[in-house]
Amino acid sequence: MKPHRKQRLILIGLMLIGIGLAATFALKAFNENLMYFFSTTDVAEGKAPKDALFRLGGMVVKGSVERPSEDLLVRFKLSDFSKEVTVEYSGILPDLFREGQGIVAKGRLDNRGVFVAEEVLAKHDENYMPPEVADSLKKPAEAE
Amino acid sequence: MSFIPAPISRFFHRTASPPHFYALANRFIPWLTVLFLLLLIPGLYGGLIMAPTDYQQGDSYRIIYIHVPAAWMSLFIYVLMAVMGGIALIWRMKLAEVMLISSAPIGAGFTFIALVTGSLWGKPMWGTWWVWDARLTSELILLFLYLGVISLHGAIEDKRNAARAVSILALVGVVNIPIIHYSVEWWNTLHQGPTVSKMDKPSIHISMLIPLLLMAVAFKVYYAIALLQAAKLELLKRESSAQWVKNLLEKTV
Amino acid sequence: MTLGSFLDMGGYAFYVWTSYGITTAVLLFNLLAPIVQRKQLLRQLALKQKRPQR
Repeated sequence: MKPHRKQRLILIGLMLIGIGLAATFALKAFNENLMYFFSTTDVAEGKAPKDALFRLGGMVVKGSVERPSEDLLVRFKLSDFSKEVTVEYSGILPDLFREGQGIVAKGRLDNRGVFVAEEVLAKHDENYMPPEVADSLKKPAEAE
Repeated sequence: MSFIPAPISRFFHRTASPPHFYALANRFIPWLTVLFLLLLIPGLYGGLIMAPTDYQQGDSYRIIYIHVPAAWMSLFIYVLMAVMGGIALIWRMKLAEVMLISSAPIGAGFTFIALVTGSLWGKPMWGTWWVWDARLTSELILLFLYLGVISLHGAIEDKRNAARAVSILALVGVVNIPIIHYSVEWWNTLHQGPTVSKMDKPSIHISMLIPLLLMAVAFKVYYAIALLQAAKLELLKRESSAQWVKNLLEKTV
Repeated sequence: MTLGSFLDMGGYAFYVWTSYGITTAVLLFNLLAPIVQRKQLLRQLALKQKRPQR
């Protein structure tokens, strides 16, 4: 390789390393802000903001969904398999909302420690299969 | 001194010469078009008709057959553009400059498709058209990078200088690519994790996976065709006073 | 499967078909635009070549 080309190659290499490092540090610095939601453990440990809007993510605990009155109010528990948080929401739920489903809710904690949601989004998983396969996968798990 | 053997280097210089490349593109385009249709038709048939309904998402998941291949292409084309940018900067190769700038609108198109189809999929499934999570935001930045490349190239009159500026922008922007790819693992996002690229267990049923892979290859071939068409135009624009263009005009008129 | 149920996409017809429609439009545009522009350019260049003294 001719020397001036080698020089340009090295220059480009250095430029890429520099930008890569800068990006890494920037992302590290803003790591918290890049998290889309807090976990239920964060809330239990008091890491989530008080008296402010934030997003809470977790799985809807099986058997916890209840509709205490005639209107749209839904109450359910969210869990990250270690801590649970009760959520209340009144409004239209997305098609994927069901027990055992991952969801992200936006809202704030009230003085009872209940998360009052203004918006509920479903977070679907990365698995795709026909219903028959899903059923056959579920059976051995339920038999246990 | 060079570590590239002389015959290979000669082959590259010959292929990269504009008239030779132009003729080669003309020869390849019909074959690529046939290949594209051979992949696209079974891909669409498999994805829209043969593949079963998803256990959770019903038929809405069929958007995957364009959303995921388009998102893959948006990353793939950008990486290629950065490589072309490197070649253009180091070896000052004209064809690399042409390929770089010709790729940009196609990549922008795929990024736009990935964003719009994702939005149309997110509304019924997640319950929202858009969220500012790390995956969606970094993909939007990718669209701005593509548009930046296109407008920077358009703004500089001298095309060789324009190519140099665009190459640097393409190389700088390449840091965004691993951020997009790993965003769903580094941060918690509304967007789900990877389905196909994860190695441990299949996350997608084989009857749904085959059409997805067919569509992914079909989109790659589409890119090759669209790139050759755009590169032919860009070469003609740049070399409009060259002898080979004059010969070409005499032949056609 | 009937044509009706195919077009209905399990109730997600709007989302699925809009996605496919927009994709087709974008891909066709990116393929055809350079072809049309090249034809125009070739026509212009051919005109210029016929009258080189201008």
